[in-house]
Amino acid sequence: MTALLPRRGLAQILALIVILAVDRVVSPQFFDLRLQDGRLFGSLIDVLNRGTPVALLSLGMVLVIATRGIDLSVGAVMAICGAIAASLADSHSLPVVLAAALGAGLVCGLWNGFLVAVLGMQPIVATLILMVAGRGIAQLITEGRIVTFSSPDLVWLGNGSVLGLPVPVVIALGMLILTGAVVRGSALGLLIEATGGNARASELAGVGTRAMIIAVYVWCGVCAALAGVIAAADIMGADANNAGLWLELDAILAVVIGGTSLFGGRFSLVLAVLGALIIQTMNTGILLSGYPPEFNLLVKAVVVLAVLLLQSPKLSGFAGIAARLKRTKA
Amino acid sequence: MTLKALFAASATAALLLALPANAGQLTIGFSQIGSESGWRAAETSVSKQEATKRQVNLKIADAQQKQENQIKAIRSFIAQNVDAIFLAPVVSTGWDSVLKEAKEAKIPVVLLDRDIDPSGKELYLTAVTSDSVHEGEVAGDWLAKTVGTKACNIVELQGTVGASVAANRKKGFDTAIAKHANLKVVRSQTGDFTRAKGKEVMESFIKAEGGGKNICAVYAHNDDMMVGAIQAMKEAGLKPGKDILTVSIDAVPDIFKAMVAGEANATVELTPNMAGPALDAVAAFKDKGTVPPKWIQTESKLYTAADDPQKIYDSKKGLGY
Repeated sequence: MTALLPRRGLAQILALIVILAVDRVVSPQFFDLRLQDGRLFGSLIDVLNRGTPVALLSLGMVLVIATRGIDLSVGAVMAICGAIAASLADSHSLPVVLAAALGAGLVCGLWNGFLVAVLGMQPIVATLILMVAGRGIAQLITEGRIVTFSSPDLVWLGNGSVLGLPVPVVIALGMLILTGAVVRGSALGLLIEATGGNARASELAGVGTRAMIIAVYVWCGVCAALAGVIAAADIMGADANNAGLWLELDAILAVVIGGTSLFGGRFSLVLAVLGALIIQTMNTGILLSGYPPEFNLLVKAVVVLAVLLLQSPKLSGFAGIAARLKRTKA
Repeated sequence: MTLKALFAASATAALLLALPANAGQLTIGFSQIGSESGWRAAETSVSKQEATKRQVNLKIADAQQKQENQIKAIRSFIAQNVDAIFLAPVVSTGWDSVLKEAKEAKIPVVLLDRDIDPSGKELYLTAVTSDSVHEGEVAGDWLAKTVGTKACNIVELQGTVGASVAANRKKGFDTAIAKHANLKVVRSQTGDFTRAKGKEVMESFIKAEGGGKNICAVYAHNDDMMVGAIQAMKEAGLKPGKDILTVSIDAVPDIFKAMVAGEANATVELTPNMAGPALDAVAAFKDKGTVPPKWIQTESKLYTAADDPQKIYDSKKGLGY
């Protein structure tokens, strides 16, 4: 077993490299980078920038999944928080806008956490409520239209740059470091894993499982809020119907590609973000390839299947057996 | 207890909904797609205005872009025995069985803004649509006229894959530019009719076509994708409207704002007033039994910077786009 541990993450890195190589083949200028108005410009930057919302979502989602939960509401929370940010942007200062949007995400997370941890609802059902209702709430906020704004501060969050890197990428990186420091710099990560591994045993061992569960849903809500603000800032408007639509599925996929089991108990933040990057590298590659759009979903499905097969314990078991047979023969 | 209260409340609501409206007043159920674009929101609000003008009780069900929700909404309208059903179909296929149910209940169905597969022609009363092939042609003709004899590489932002309007706007545009050998669509990808996807896809087009230097014009199947594409071009240091010509369809207020700023060149209007002609057709059918033609076409008007975009923006702003 111990010999297997360093291999963790290998499949994901391998998958990313393969997809990058394929992207290079379909689009020869894929790795070209140049400075444009003080910011880096190129397909690689697009991958990072466009991958940001899902990467942020996956940061929250991976913790939720580690407790054996799931959060289907993140896409809708994105829409709510984007709508709040866009509605306030032109009349309030950026700190107020951010506080309101992130506060709303926090409340959404508290609601999910309350349903799961206190009322004992199944996570998939509990978060489904907000997934459905949340988009309606967002539509109420925007009154069904696309609310546009011109506040340069908020626009900067989506389109500005720091040291040549797009601001959203810097934010996502910051959130990764912050989340990592909090959960891995303390025993928190271990307690979250314990909660997911065996909630009852952890409870008896003195872990405050209820608090753990509420905390991860709240964090997930905050991450989704941030993703929503960035998505709104990106298009200088809140599109309640389409912001974050189906992104909860991409976030779950990113977590799963990152090797975190849906049965909880073990998680990796970095690999979840890597999973989000794998998805976006593929999406950008599809857009650059020039294939007819009818193929988009098919290509995506095939690639995801291949990446998951790479990680399948059964398949690596077969590979192991094959390698051993080869060795005994030699 | 709260659950019980909820049930009681929804039961009361259902009863209220089922109550017949004033005698003689028409009750019409409208299964709206959702409001995936600003245009859609305007269609919803203009429909409400038109219904109020004619004293029709219009019930609007928002399907949030899902066909299954639309089918559910139609079934519930049938159960409520409405006088007619308006349907703005999210996709062109898969309507046969639910429309048959409406036909059996003798409730006429009017399609708004989008058509369905020809197999279902006898299942609805009439379709009030703009000719989306024609819209594409108007856009293509404008581009051909503007470009003249210069060679021009066009990139295309398609609508949602499978939506008939996307296929038709593509077809019309392709037909119009086929007559001109100097016009060529070099890239075509779906932007799902949204700003965010329009922007993302345009970013990739710019990268794939030499930083945008090889692109002479963008054709988007709706204005929202174009608004996103305009942002992508600006961020890449290009000048939309000058370096790269833009032509899109719908005529939503924000594209006129872009036109005022000189960042957009042309748009083809898709009028949000589909419900008006539909309501008239249903009223005539109910009162005198006049069977309307199978297709009522609306006008596809071209707007450019020469049409005082600021004035049009001001007049459209209040429509709920």
